Amino acid sequence: MGEFAIVWEHRGMIMDGFESTLIIVALAAIGSLALGTLLTIPLMSRHRVVAAFATGYVDAMRCVPFLLFVYLIYFGLPTLGVRFDNWSAGVTALILYNAGYMAELLRASWKNLPKETIEAGHAFGFSGWGLFRRIILPPVLFAALPLIGNQLIQIVKDSAFLTIIAVAELTHEATSLQTTYFVPFASFFAAVVLYWVTCIVIESTVGFANRYAEVRR
Amino acid sequence: MTQAMPKPVNADPAADADERPVVLEVSGLSKSFGSNTVLRDINLKVHKAETVCLLGPSGSGKSTLLRCMNWLEEPDGGTVLLAGQRIGVRPGGNVRMTDRDLAAVRTRIGMVFQHFALWPHMTVLQNVMEAPVHVLKRNKAEARREAEALLQRVGLADKMDAFPAKLSGGQKQRVGIARSLAIKPDVMLFDEPTSALDPELVGEVLSVMKDLAREGMTMVVVTHEMSFARDVASRVVFMDNGQIVETGSPERFFVAPETERARQFLMRYAARGH
Repeated sequence: MGEFAIVWEHRGMIMDGFESTLIIVALAAIGSLALGTLLTIPLMSRHRVVAAFATGYVDAMRCVPFLLFVYLIYFGLPTLGVRFDNWSAGVTALILYNAGYMAELLRASWKNLPKETIEAGHAFGFSGWGLFRRIILPPVLFAALPLIGNQLIQIVKDSAFLTIIAVAELTHEATSLQTTYFVPFASFFAAVVLYWVTCIVIESTVGFANRYAEVRR
Repeated sequence: MTQAMPKPVNADPAADADERPVVLEVSGLSKSFGSNTVLRDINLKVHKAETVCLLGPSGSGKSTLLRCMNWLEEPDGGTVLLAGQRIGVRPGGNVRMTDRDLAAVRTRIGMVFQHFALWPHMTVLQNVMEAPVHVLKRNKAEARREAEALLQRVGLADKMDAFPAKLSGGQKQRVGIARSLAIKPDVMLFDEPTSALDPELVGEVLSVMKDLAREGMTMVVVTHEMSFARDVASRVVFMDNGQIVETGSPERFFVAPETERARQFLMRYAARGH
Protein backbone atom coordinates (compact mmCIF):
# COMPACT_ATOMS: atom_id res chain seq x y z
CA MET A 1 0.00 0.00 0.00
CA GLY A 2 3.07 2.25 -0.07
CA GLU A 3 2.09 3.49 -3.52
CA PHE A 4 -1.17 4.94 -2.29
CA ALA A 5 0.56 6.56 0.69
CA ILE A 6 2.87 8.37 -1.74
CA VAL A 7 -0.05 9.54 -3.84
CA TRP A 8 -1.84 10.71 -0.70
CA GLU A 9 1.25 12.60 0.37
CA HIS A 10 1.32 14.39 -2.99
CA ARG A 11 -2.43 14.71 -3.30
CA GLY A 12 -2.02 18.45 -3.84
CA MET A 13 -0.60 17.73 -7.29
CA ILE A 14 -3.49 15.46 -8.21
CA MET A 15 -6.04 17.92 -6.87
CA ASP A 16 -4.46 20.79 -8.82
CA GLY A 17 -4.79 18.69 -11.94
CA PHE A 18 -8.35 17.81 -11.02
CA GLU A 19 -9.20 21.47 -10.56
CA SER A 20 -7.74 22.29 -13.98
CA THR A 21 -9.74 19.48 -15.53
CA LEU A 22 -12.95 20.81 -13.96
CA ILE A 23 -12.28 24.32 -15.24
CA ILE A 24 -11.39 23.06 -18.72
CA VAL A 25 -14.47 20.85 -18.85
CA ALA A 26 -16.75 23.67 -17.65
CA LEU A 27 -15.39 26.11 -20.24
CA ALA A 28 -15.55 23.52 -23.00
CA ALA A 29 -19.07 22.48 -22.02
CA ILE A 30 -20.43 26.02 -22.04
CA GLY A 31 -18.47 27.00 -25.14
CA SER A 32 -19.37 23.95 -27.21
CA LEU A 33 -23.03 24.06 -26.22
CA ALA A 34 -23.25 27.75 -27.10
CA LEU A 35 -21.37 27.36 -30.38
CA GLY A 36 -23.26 24.18 -31.20
CA THR A 37 -26.56 25.96 -30.56
CA LEU A 38 -25.61 28.79 -32.91
CA LEU A 39 -24.46 26.27 -35.51
CA THR A 40 -27.90 24.67 -35.64
CA ILE A 41 -29.24 27.84 -37.27
CA PRO A 42 -27.16 27.48 -40.47
CA LEU A 43 -27.55 23.68 -40.25
CA MET A 44 -31.34 24.09 -40.49
CA SER A 45 -31.16 26.94 -42.99
CA ARG A 46 -33.39 26.89 -46.06
CA HIS A 47 -30.43 28.22 -48.04
CA ARG A 48 -28.64 25.16 -49.35
CA VAL A 49 -25.20 26.74 -49.53
CA VAL A 50 -25.37 27.94 -45.93
CA ALA A 51 -26.56 24.54 -44.75
CA ALA A 52 -23.84 22.81 -46.77
CA PHE A 53 -21.10 24.87 -45.11
CA ALA A 54 -22.41 24.12 -41.63
CA THR A 55 -22.83 20.43 -42.44
CA GLY A 56 -19.28 20.41 -43.80
CA TYR A 57 -17.97 21.77 -40.51
CA VAL A 58 -19.92 19.27 -38.43
CA ASP A 59 -18.82 16.34 -40.59
CA ALA A 60 -15.20 17.48 -40.45
CA MET A 61 -15.26 17.57 -36.64
CA ARG A 62 -16.93 14.18 -36.43
CA CYS A 63 -14.40 12.54 -38.72
CA VAL A 64 -11.14 13.92 -37.30
CA PRO A 65 -9.53 12.06 -34.40
CA PHE A 66 -9.47 14.47 -31.47
CA LEU A 67 -5.78 13.88 -30.80
CA LEU A 68 -4.91 14.91 -34.34
CA PHE A 69 -7.17 17.95 -34.06
CA VAL A 70 -5.32 19.10 -30.93
CA TYR A 71 -2.00 18.72 -32.76
CA LEU A 72 -3.40 20.75 -35.63
CA ILE A 73 -4.53 23.60 -33.38
CA TYR A 74 -1.44 23.71 -31.17
CA PHE A 75 1.37 22.85 -33.57
CA GLY A 76 -0.24 23.49 -36.94
CA LEU A 77 -1.87 26.88 -36.57
CA PRO A 78 1.29 28.70 -35.41
CA THR A 79 2.81 28.04 -38.84
CA LEU A 80 -0.09 30.13 -40.19
CA GLY A 81 0.67 32.83 -37.67
CA VAL A 82 -2.03 31.91 -35.13
CA ARG A 83 -0.33 31.35 -31.82
CA PHE A 84 -1.91 29.94 -28.65
CA ASP A 85 -0.59 29.02 -25.26
CA ASN A 86 -1.26 25.36 -24.50
CA TRP A 87 -4.24 26.10 -22.22
CA SER A 88 -6.09 28.25 -24.75
CA ALA A 89 -5.24 25.83 -27.54
CA GLY A 90 -6.62 22.94 -25.51
CA VAL A 91 -9.86 24.65 -24.55
CA THR A 92 -10.35 25.99 -28.09
CA ALA A 93 -9.82 22.52 -29.53
CA LEU A 94 -12.36 21.02 -27.10
CA ILE A 95 -14.92 23.70 -27.91
CA LEU A 96 -14.54 23.57 -31.70
CA TYR A 97 -14.53 19.78 -31.76
CA ASN A 98 -17.46 19.16 -29.45
CA ALA A 99 -19.54 21.99 -30.92
CA GLY A 100 -19.81 19.84 -34.03
CA TYR A 101 -21.34 17.02 -32.00
CA MET A 102 -23.57 19.36 -30.01
CA ALA A 103 -24.82 20.99 -33.21
CA GLU A 104 -25.60 17.64 -34.76
CA LEU A 105 -27.59 16.33 -31.80
CA LEU A 106 -29.47 19.63 -31.42
CA ARG A 107 -30.24 19.60 -35.12
CA ALA A 108 -31.77 16.14 -34.79
CA SER A 109 -33.84 17.30 -31.83
CA TRP A 110 -34.98 20.39 -33.75
CA LYS A 111 -35.99 18.23 -36.72
CA ASN A 112 -38.13 16.10 -34.43
CA LEU A 113 -40.04 19.03 -32.95
CA PRO A 114 -43.71 18.92 -33.90
CA LYS A 115 -44.08 21.13 -36.97
CA GLU A 116 -47.15 22.86 -35.56
CA THR A 117 -45.29 24.17 -32.50
CA ILE A 118 -43.00 26.22 -34.73
CA GLU A 119 -45.87 27.13 -37.05
CA ALA A 120 -47.74 28.53 -34.08
CA GLY A 121 -44.70 30.72 -33.46
CA HIS A 122 -44.93 32.05 -37.01
CA ALA A 123 -48.70 32.46 -36.76
CA PHE A 124 -48.40 34.57 -33.61
CA GLY A 125 -45.88 36.93 -35.11
CA PHE A 126 -42.50 35.50 -34.13
CA SER A 127 -39.72 35.59 -36.68
CA GLY A 128 -35.95 35.40 -36.88
CA TRP A 129 -33.97 35.37 -33.66
CA GLY A 130 -37.05 35.79 -31.44
CA LEU A 131 -38.62 32.70 -32.97
CA PHE A 132 -35.43 30.71 -32.42
CA ARG A 133 -34.75 31.96 -28.94
CA ARG A 134 -38.27 31.75 -27.46
CA ILE A 135 -40.14 29.10 -29.44
CA ILE A 136 -37.60 26.70 -30.96
CA LEU A 137 -34.57 26.56 -28.69
CA PRO A 138 -36.14 25.70 -25.29
CA PRO A 139 -37.98 22.57 -26.45
CA VAL A 140 -34.95 21.57 -28.52
CA LEU A 141 -32.72 21.75 -25.43
CA PHE A 142 -35.25 19.94 -23.25
CA ALA A 143 -35.62 17.14 -25.75
CA ALA A 144 -31.87 16.83 -26.28
CA LEU A 145 -30.95 16.85 -22.59
CA PRO A 146 -29.93 13.17 -22.25
CA LEU A 147 -27.79 13.41 -25.38
CA ILE A 148 -26.21 16.64 -24.15
CA GLY A 149 -25.35 14.77 -20.94
CA ASN A 150 -23.58 12.06 -22.96
CA GLN A 151 -21.62 14.67 -24.84
CA LEU A 152 -20.53 16.35 -21.60
CA ILE A 153 -19.06 13.03 -20.48
CA GLN A 154 -17.29 12.79 -23.82
CA ILE A 155 -15.79 16.22 -23.14
CA VAL A 156 -14.49 15.00 -19.77
CA LYS A 157 -12.74 12.12 -21.47
CA ASP A 158 -11.46 14.20 -24.39
CA SER A 159 -9.92 16.63 -21.91
CA ALA A 160 -7.41 13.94 -20.91
CA PHE A 161 -5.87 14.16 -24.38
CA LEU A 162 -4.68 17.65 -23.57
CA THR A 163 -1.81 16.06 -21.64
CA ILE A 164 -0.02 15.72 -25.00
CA ILE A 165 0.28 19.49 -25.25
CA ALA A 166 1.32 19.65 -21.59
CA VAL A 167 -1.82 21.20 -20.17
CA ALA A 168 -1.54 20.52 -16.44
CA GLU A 169 -4.85 18.70 -16.16
CA LEU A 170 -5.61 15.55 -14.20
CA THR A 171 -4.12 12.97 -16.55
CA HIS A 172 -1.02 15.09 -16.98
CA GLU A 173 -0.51 15.49 -13.23
CA ALA A 174 -1.10 11.79 -12.60
CA THR A 175 1.50 10.98 -15.23
CA SER A 176 4.09 13.29 -13.78
CA LEU A 177 3.40 11.96 -10.28
CA GLN A 178 4.00 8.40 -11.39
CA THR A 179 7.17 9.21 -13.35
CA THR A 180 8.60 11.13 -10.42
CA TYR A 181 7.82 8.57 -7.70
CA PHE A 182 7.30 5.37 -9.74
CA VAL A 183 3.75 4.84 -8.47
CA PRO A 184 1.90 4.09 -11.74
CA PHE A 185 -0.99 2.06 -10.35
CA ALA A 186 -1.92 4.32 -7.44
CA SER A 187 -1.60 7.61 -9.33
CA PHE A 188 -3.53 6.43 -12.39
CA PHE A 189 -6.10 4.78 -10.17
CA ALA A 190 -6.60 8.04 -8.27
CA ALA A 191 -7.10 9.87 -11.55
CA VAL A 192 -9.58 7.27 -12.78
CA VAL A 193 -11.61 7.62 -9.58
CA LEU A 194 -11.74 11.39 -9.95
CA TYR A 195 -12.88 11.12 -13.60
CA TRP A 196 -15.49 8.66 -12.47
CA VAL A 197 -16.73 11.02 -9.74
CA THR A 198 -16.94 13.84 -12.30
CA CYS A 199 -19.05 11.73 -14.60
CA ILE A 200 -21.36 10.66 -11.79
CA VAL A 201 -21.92 14.29 -10.85
CA ILE A 202 -22.69 15.14 -14.48
CA GLU A 203 -25.03 12.20 -14.85
CA SER A 204 -26.99 12.96 -11.72
CA THR A 205 -27.21 16.66 -12.60
CA VAL A 206 -28.55 15.77 -16.03
CA GLY A 207 -30.93 13.31 -14.42
CA PHE A 208 -32.21 16.02 -12.12
CA ALA A 209 -32.57 18.49 -15.00
CA ASN A 210 -34.35 15.80 -16.95
CA ARG A 211 -37.07 15.60 -14.35
CA TYR A 212 -37.48 19.37 -14.67
CA ALA A 213 -37.64 19.02 -18.45
CA GLU A 214 -40.01 16.07 -18.46
CA VAL A 215 -43.15 18.07 -17.81
CA ARG A 216 -42.06 20.76 -20.29
CA ARG A 217 -41.82 18.43 -23.29
CA MET B 1 -51.81 38.91 -59.54
CA THR B 2 -53.77 40.27 -62.49
CA GLN B 3 -55.27 43.69 -62.05
CA ALA B 4 -58.61 43.20 -63.82
CA MET B 5 -60.26 40.25 -62.16
CA PRO B 6 -62.92 38.40 -64.16
CA LYS B 7 -66.23 38.05 -62.42
CA PRO B 8 -65.74 35.23 -59.94
CA VAL B 9 -67.64 32.07 -60.74
CA ASN B 10 -68.47 31.52 -57.10
CA ALA B 11 -69.86 34.98 -56.37
CA ASP B 12 -72.05 35.15 -53.32
CA PRO B 13 -74.85 37.71 -53.52
CA ALA B 14 -75.60 37.32 -49.82
CA ALA B 15 -72.01 38.22 -48.91
CA ASP B 16 -71.92 41.12 -51.34
CA ALA B 17 -75.08 42.53 -49.81
CA ASP B 18 -73.58 42.42 -46.32
CA GLU B 19 -72.83 46.02 -45.39
CA ARG B 20 -70.52 45.36 -42.49
CA PRO B 21 -66.88 46.15 -43.26
CA VAL B 22 -64.87 43.40 -44.94
CA VAL B 23 -62.17 42.11 -42.59
CA LEU B 24 -60.64 39.49 -44.81
CA GLU B 25 -60.87 39.27 -48.56
CA VAL B 26 -59.47 36.48 -50.69
CA SER B 27 -59.43 37.03 -54.46
CA GLY B 28 -58.46 34.70 -57.27
CA LEU B 29 -56.41 32.59 -54.91
CA SER B 30 -54.67 29.50 -56.26
CA LYS B 31 -52.25 27.03 -54.77
CA SER B 32 -50.52 23.90 -55.98
CA PHE B 33 -48.26 21.41 -54.29
CA GLY B 34 -46.10 20.22 -57.16
CA SER B 35 -48.42 19.05 -59.89
CA ASN B 36 -51.33 18.77 -57.48
CA THR B 37 -53.63 21.80 -57.63
CA VAL B 38 -55.27 22.18 -54.22
CA LEU B 39 -56.93 25.58 -54.65
CA ARG B 40 -58.19 27.23 -57.81
CA ASP B 41 -59.61 30.74 -58.15
CA ILE B 42 -60.92 31.12 -54.62
CA ASN B 43 -62.92 34.29 -53.91
CA LEU B 44 -64.20 34.89 -50.44
CA LYS B 45 -65.11 37.89 -48.28
CA VAL B 46 -65.37 37.70 -44.52
CA HIS B 47 -67.24 40.57 -42.91
CA LYS B 48 -66.80 41.89 -39.41
CA ALA B 49 -68.46 39.73 -36.73
CA GLU B 50 -69.22 36.96 -39.22
CA THR B 51 -68.60 33.29 -38.50
CA VAL B 52 -67.78 31.63 -41.79
CA CYS B 53 -67.60 27.84 -41.72
CA LEU B 54 -65.58 26.12 -44.41
CA LEU B 55 -67.06 22.69 -45.07
CA GLY B 56 -66.16 19.98 -47.50
CA PRO B 57 -64.71 16.50 -47.83
CA SER B 58 -61.15 15.75 -46.74
CA GLY B 59 -58.68 16.98 -49.30
CA SER B 60 -61.04 19.61 -50.65
CA GLY B 61 -58.56 22.37 -49.80
CA LYS B 62 -60.29 23.92 -46.77
CA SER B 63 -57.30 23.82 -44.46
CA THR B 64 -54.94 25.00 -47.18
CA LEU B 65 -57.23 27.95 -47.85
CA LEU B 66 -57.28 28.80 -44.16
CA ARG B 67 -53.49 28.55 -43.98
CA CYS B 68 -53.16 30.83 -47.01
CA MET B 69 -55.15 33.47 -45.14
CA ASN B 70 -52.26 34.16 -42.75
CA TRP B 71 -49.67 33.14 -45.30
CA LEU B 72 -48.52 30.03 -43.37
CA GLU B 73 -48.95 28.57 -46.83
CA GLU B 74 -47.85 30.87 -49.63
CA PRO B 75 -50.43 31.05 -52.39
CA ASP B 76 -49.22 30.77 -55.99
CA GLY B 77 -51.61 33.42 -57.24
CA GLY B 78 -54.30 35.79 -56.12
CA THR B 79 -54.45 38.12 -53.16
CA VAL B 80 -55.36 38.10 -49.50
CA LEU B 81 -56.41 41.43 -47.99
CA LEU B 82 -56.69 42.06 -44.27
CA ALA B 83 -58.80 45.18 -43.69
CA GLY B 84 -57.87 46.23 -47.21
CA GLN B 85 -54.14 45.70 -46.75
CA ARG B 86 -52.40 43.12 -48.89
CA ILE B 87 -50.81 40.27 -46.95
CA GLY B 88 -47.56 38.56 -47.88
CA VAL B 89 -46.63 40.90 -50.70
CA ARG B 90 -45.21 44.40 -50.42
CA PRO B 91 -47.47 47.27 -51.41
CA GLY B 92 -47.48 48.03 -55.11
CA GLY B 93 -45.51 45.04 -56.24
CA ASN B 94 -45.06 41.35 -56.40
CA VAL B 95 -42.12 41.23 -54.02
CA ARG B 96 -42.62 39.08 -50.96
CA MET B 97 -42.83 40.88 -47.61
CA THR B 98 -39.88 40.55 -45.28
CA ASP B 99 -40.34 37.91 -42.58
CA ARG B 100 -40.54 40.72 -40.05
CA ASP B 101 -43.35 42.57 -41.88
CA LEU B 102 -45.23 39.36 -42.42
CA ALA B 103 -44.89 38.57 -38.73
CA ALA B 104 -46.33 41.99 -37.87
CA VAL B 105 -49.39 41.36 -40.06
CA ARG B 106 -49.88 37.95 -38.50
CA THR B 107 -50.28 39.47 -35.05
CA ARG B 108 -53.65 40.74 -36.26
CA ILE B 109 -54.83 37.23 -37.13
CA GLY B 110 -55.41 34.62 -34.44
CA MET B 111 -55.03 30.95 -35.21
CA VAL B 112 -56.26 27.82 -33.49
CA PHE B 113 -54.62 24.61 -34.62
CA GLN B 114 -55.98 21.12 -35.04
CA HIS B 115 -53.32 19.63 -32.77
CA PHE B 116 -53.33 22.64 -30.42
CA ALA B 117 -49.68 23.54 -31.06
CA LEU B 118 -49.21 24.96 -27.60
CA TRP B 119 -45.65 25.72 -26.65
CA PRO B 120 -44.79 22.78 -24.40
CA HIS B 121 -42.05 24.52 -22.41
CA MET B 122 -44.38 27.23 -21.11
CA THR B 123 -47.16 27.09 -18.57
CA VAL B 124 -50.71 27.74 -19.66
CA LEU B 125 -50.46 31.34 -18.49
CA GLN B 126 -47.11 31.83 -20.25
CA ASN B 127 -48.54 30.44 -23.47
CA VAL B 128 -51.28 33.04 -23.40
CA MET B 129 -48.94 35.91 -22.41
CA GLU B 130 -46.13 35.00 -24.80
CA ALA B 131 -47.14 36.85 -27.97
CA PRO B 132 -48.58 39.92 -26.20
CA VAL B 133 -45.38 40.38 -24.18
CA HIS B 134 -42.67 39.23 -26.56
CA VAL B 135 -44.13 40.13 -29.94
CA LEU B 136 -46.50 43.00 -29.25
CA LYS B 137 -44.28 44.31 -26.42
CA ARG B 138 -47.20 45.01 -24.16
CA ASN B 139 -46.72 45.74 -20.51
CA LYS B 140 -46.11 42.47 -18.72
CA ALA B 141 -48.32 43.03 -15.68
CA GLU B 142 -51.17 44.15 -17.89
CA ALA B 143 -50.70 41.20 -20.26
CA ARG B 144 -50.78 38.92 -17.25
CA ARG B 145 -54.06 40.38 -16.01
CA GLU B 146 -55.59 40.02 -19.45
CA ALA B 147 -54.31 36.48 -19.82
CA GLU B 148 -55.78 35.54 -16.45
CA ALA B 149 -59.12 37.03 -17.44
CA LEU B 150 -59.08 35.12 -20.74
CA LEU B 151 -58.29 31.85 -19.01
CA GLN B 152 -61.10 32.51 -16.60
CA ARG B 153 -63.37 33.05 -19.58
CA VAL B 154 -62.48 29.69 -21.15
CA GLY B 155 -62.88 28.00 -17.78
CA LEU B 156 -59.22 27.29 -17.02
CA ALA B 157 -58.51 29.64 -14.13
CA ASP B 158 -57.33 26.68 -12.04
CA LYS B 159 -54.88 25.44 -14.70
CA MET B 160 -52.86 28.60 -15.22
CA ASP B 161 -49.62 27.20 -13.82
CA ALA B 162 -49.95 23.77 -15.39
CA PHE B 163 -47.86 22.73 -18.38
CA PRO B 164 -49.66 21.69 -21.57
CA ALA B 165 -48.50 18.08 -21.15
CA LYS B 166 -50.73 17.82 -18.09
CA LEU B 167 -53.93 18.94 -19.83
CA SER B 168 -56.68 17.05 -21.65
CA GLY B 169 -57.21 17.77 -25.34
CA GLY B 170 -60.25 19.90 -24.64
CA GLN B 171 -58.33 21.96 -22.09
CA LYS B 172 -55.40 22.36 -24.49
CA GLN B 173 -57.68 23.64 -27.20
CA ARG B 174 -59.31 26.13 -24.86
CA VAL B 175 -55.82 27.40 -23.99
CA GLY B 176 -55.22 27.62 -27.75
CA ILE B 177 -58.29 29.81 -28.08
CA ALA B 178 -57.27 32.01 -25.13
CA ARG B 179 -53.78 32.37 -26.64
CA SER B 180 -55.36 33.51 -29.86
CA LEU B 181 -57.70 35.97 -28.14
CA ALA B 182 -54.79 37.47 -26.21
CA ILE B 183 -53.41 39.21 -29.29
CA LYS B 184 -56.81 40.88 -29.82
CA PRO B 185 -57.00 39.75 -33.43
CA ASP B 186 -59.14 41.26 -36.19
CA VAL B 187 -60.08 37.75 -37.24
CA MET B 188 -59.57 34.25 -35.85
CA LEU B 189 -58.81 31.21 -37.97
CA PHE B 190 -59.80 27.78 -36.66
CA ASP B 191 -58.22 24.79 -38.39
CA GLU B 192 -60.39 21.78 -37.49
CA PRO B 193 -60.27 22.73 -33.82
CA THR B 194 -62.15 19.66 -32.58
CA SER B 195 -60.89 16.97 -34.98
CA ALA B 196 -58.17 15.74 -32.64
CA LEU B 197 -60.43 15.57 -29.60
CA ASP B 198 -62.15 12.64 -27.96
CA PRO B 199 -65.89 12.94 -28.67
CA GLU B 200 -66.76 13.78 -25.07
CA LEU B 201 -64.37 16.78 -25.12
CA VAL B 202 -65.69 18.35 -28.30
CA GLY B 203 -68.59 20.12 -26.58
CA GLU B 204 -66.50 22.23 -24.20
CA VAL B 205 -64.48 23.66 -27.10
CA LEU B 206 -67.48 24.29 -29.32
CA SER B 207 -69.31 26.08 -26.54
CA VAL B 208 -66.38 28.50 -26.12
CA MET B 209 -66.42 29.11 -29.87
CA LYS B 210 -70.17 29.64 -29.80
CA ASP B 211 -69.76 32.32 -27.14
CA LEU B 212 -67.10 34.04 -29.22
CA ALA B 213 -69.33 34.08 -32.26
CA ARG B 214 -72.18 35.51 -30.23
CA GLU B 215 -69.91 38.22 -28.83
CA GLY B 216 -69.08 39.36 -32.33
CA MET B 217 -65.64 37.87 -33.01
CA THR B 218 -64.87 37.51 -36.71
CA MET B 219 -64.16 33.85 -37.31
CA VAL B 220 -63.26 31.51 -40.14
CA VAL B 221 -63.73 27.90 -39.08
CA VAL B 222 -62.70 24.77 -40.93
CA THR B 223 -64.80 22.05 -39.36
CA HIS B 224 -66.49 18.72 -39.73
CA GLU B 225 -68.96 19.55 -36.98
CA MET B 226 -72.12 20.00 -39.00
CA SER B 227 -74.29 20.86 -36.03
CA PHE B 228 -71.88 23.65 -35.07
CA ALA B 229 -71.98 25.04 -38.61
CA ARG B 230 -75.76 24.82 -38.67
CA ASP B 231 -76.21 26.55 -35.30
CA VAL B 232 -73.41 29.10 -35.28
CA ALA B 233 -72.28 29.94 -38.80
CA SER B 234 -73.47 33.17 -40.33
CA ARG B 235 -72.39 31.74 -43.66
CA VAL B 236 -71.35 28.34 -44.89
CA VAL B 237 -68.78 27.88 -47.63
CA PHE B 238 -68.77 24.44 -49.21
CA MET B 239 -65.59 23.38 -50.96
CA ASP B 240 -64.80 20.40 -53.11
CA ASN B 241 -61.78 19.60 -55.20
CA GLY B 242 -60.04 22.91 -54.51
CA GLN B 243 -62.96 25.12 -55.43
CA ILE B 244 -65.77 26.88 -53.66
CA VAL B 245 -68.80 25.01 -54.91
CA GLU B 246 -71.52 26.70 -52.97
CA THR B 247 -71.90 29.37 -50.34
CA GLY B 248 -74.88 30.65 -48.44
CA SER B 249 -76.69 30.81 -45.14
CA PRO B 250 -76.65 27.63 -43.06
CA GLU B 251 -80.46 27.55 -43.14
CA ARG B 252 -80.42 27.30 -46.91
CA PHE B 253 -77.32 25.12 -47.23
CA PHE B 254 -78.37 22.42 -44.82
CA VAL B 255 -82.01 22.29 -45.87
CA ALA B 256 -81.84 22.88 -49.58
CA PRO B 257 -78.29 22.76 -50.98
CA GLU B 258 -78.08 24.04 -54.53
CA THR B 259 -75.51 21.67 -55.94
CA GLU B 260 -75.44 17.93 -56.33
CA ARG B 261 -71.98 17.74 -54.74
CA ALA B 262 -73.20 19.50 -51.60
CA ARG B 263 -76.23 17.24 -51.44
CA GLN B 264 -74.05 14.13 -51.62
CA PHE B 265 -71.68 15.51 -49.00
CA LEU B 266 -74.54 16.21 -46.59
CA MET B 267 -76.06 12.79 -47.21
CA ARG B 268 -72.78 11.09 -46.36
CA TYR B 269 -72.69 13.00 -43.08
CA ALA B 270 -76.30 12.21 -42.29
CA ALA B 271 -75.58 8.53 -42.91
CA ARG B 272 -72.69 8.69 -40.44
CA GLY B 273 -75.01 10.08 -37.82
CA HIS B 274 -73.47 13.54 -37.48
